[in-house]
Amino acid sequence: MESAVWLRDAVCCRGRFPALAGVDLDVAEGEILLLRGPNGAGKTTLLRLLAGLATLDGGRGTVLGCDLGSDRRALRPQVGLLGHDLMLYEDLTVVENLRFFAALAGASDAESRAALERLEVAPRLADVPLRRLSAGQRKRVAAASLAVRRPRLWLLDEPHAGLDESGRGAVNRLVRDAAGRGATVVLASHEAPAAAEVATRTVHLVGGIVAGRSPDSPAAPASSSPAAAPPPIEQVSDA
Amino acid sequence: MREVLLVAAKDLRIELRSRVLLFQVAPFAVATLVLLGFALDADRSALRNFSPGLFWVAVLLTALLAAQRSVAVEHAGRAADALLLSATSPARIFAGKALALAAQLAVLEALLGVAMVVLYDARVEHFGLAVASAAAATVGIAAAGTLYGVLAAPMGVRETLLPVLLLPVFAPVLIGATRAFGDALGTAAVNGWAWFGLLGLFALVYAVFGALAYGPLLEAEA
Repeated sequence: MESAVWLRDAVCCRGRFPALAGVDLDVAEGEILLLRGPNGAGKTTLLRLLAGLATLDGGRGTVLGCDLGSDRRALRPQVGLLGHDLMLYEDLTVVENLRFFAALAGASDAESRAALERLEVAPRLADVPLRRLSAGQRKRVAAASLAVRRPRLWLLDEPHAGLDESGRGAVNRLVRDAAGRGATVVLASHEAPAAAEVATRTVHLVGGIVAGRSPDSPAAPASSSPAAAPPPIEQVSDA
Repeated sequence: MREVLLVAAKDLRIELRSRVLLFQVAPFAVATLVLLGFALDADRSALRNFSPGLFWVAVLLTALLAAQRSVAVEHAGRAADALLLSATSPARIFAGKALALAAQLAVLEALLGVAMVVLYDARVEHFGLAVASAAAATVGIAAAGTLYGVLAAPMGVRETLLPVLLLPVFAPVLIGATRAFGDALGTAAVNGWAWFGLLGLFALVYAVFGALAYGPLLEAEA
């Protein structure tokens, strides 16, 4: 199976602080990888590095065949990032936000509406400015905005945070659908039960590095039915 | 061009919804013109003679607010990251944002123009020169404002840094537009079209420089 993400000794600094201090990581195409780790472990920085938004300050890496040192611009349109900040416009309505990003991605209005339906955003909210929505509703809109771009690599930072049970279910269905269509998903989450429902593998990040592989850990799986089994824990450690 | 218009329409839609331009920036612009009038002790003849300079000082101060707002829209919620992750080239994002800022400035200049006629008793003698000069100056201000806005964006002191960076850049516009308007309003015996040429050059330089530099600066913000 092709490798969607390949990092070797990757270093990424936020200012002078090495948020990633030599990460080795392989993620196969179609895999759903769960990143776990304590606060400050470097999960968000790793996702931003994989999105081509943070600079690779040391080591080597390719994502979707694009070199992280020299080819980040070609990578970005293939990647979707759902971060702590929702990357939407507060003064635009739900539909206006979706239409704008759909138009930039070459998607249609019908695809925008379909994405909102998949995230179970109530139709009555379509013309409401984003700033008037609850945190959970905004998160659903952000996920819909991601879906409408049809990325090859989904990077989800705490996608379940602030969502109710049905919202978590909707996000998990979205993730499964994406992986089912061949997309790769990397998600960082402290909501272990919700994330574990969809993850096919778990990697533990501690202090800016991937914790050592446990001897009995299976190799990276190429599961055909990612949601069928609980994720094997590749590395488990604690700060 | 489609993506340029998409970005510009998005910025204008945000301004229409938030009404910051209508309820905050426009009153500030008119208040500036009124206060400058008070500073000259309401001497009608002096006001008329100085009206081109006072008009452009008011425009430039107002442009600082509009440029701040244009940056803030992308900074809030890291929306700029979403633009970077789109397939749109930074040059098109720059052009779209500068176009939206220019449109807002044009509205404000029209409002200030009416206020100048009412408050300062100004009379436009060469309408074509006034409009052409204002158009060239507006493009230059919008391009420079958009470029320096993204330059100041990653710094925590953006609100105070941007005026410090922008006002010196605006100096050639103030000089050129004041001279051109002086000719258009009949308050200065100068060749207004020559000053229009300077404004056009300024606009061209900042439009090209902005299109080239906006991408790296936007990346630095990320």
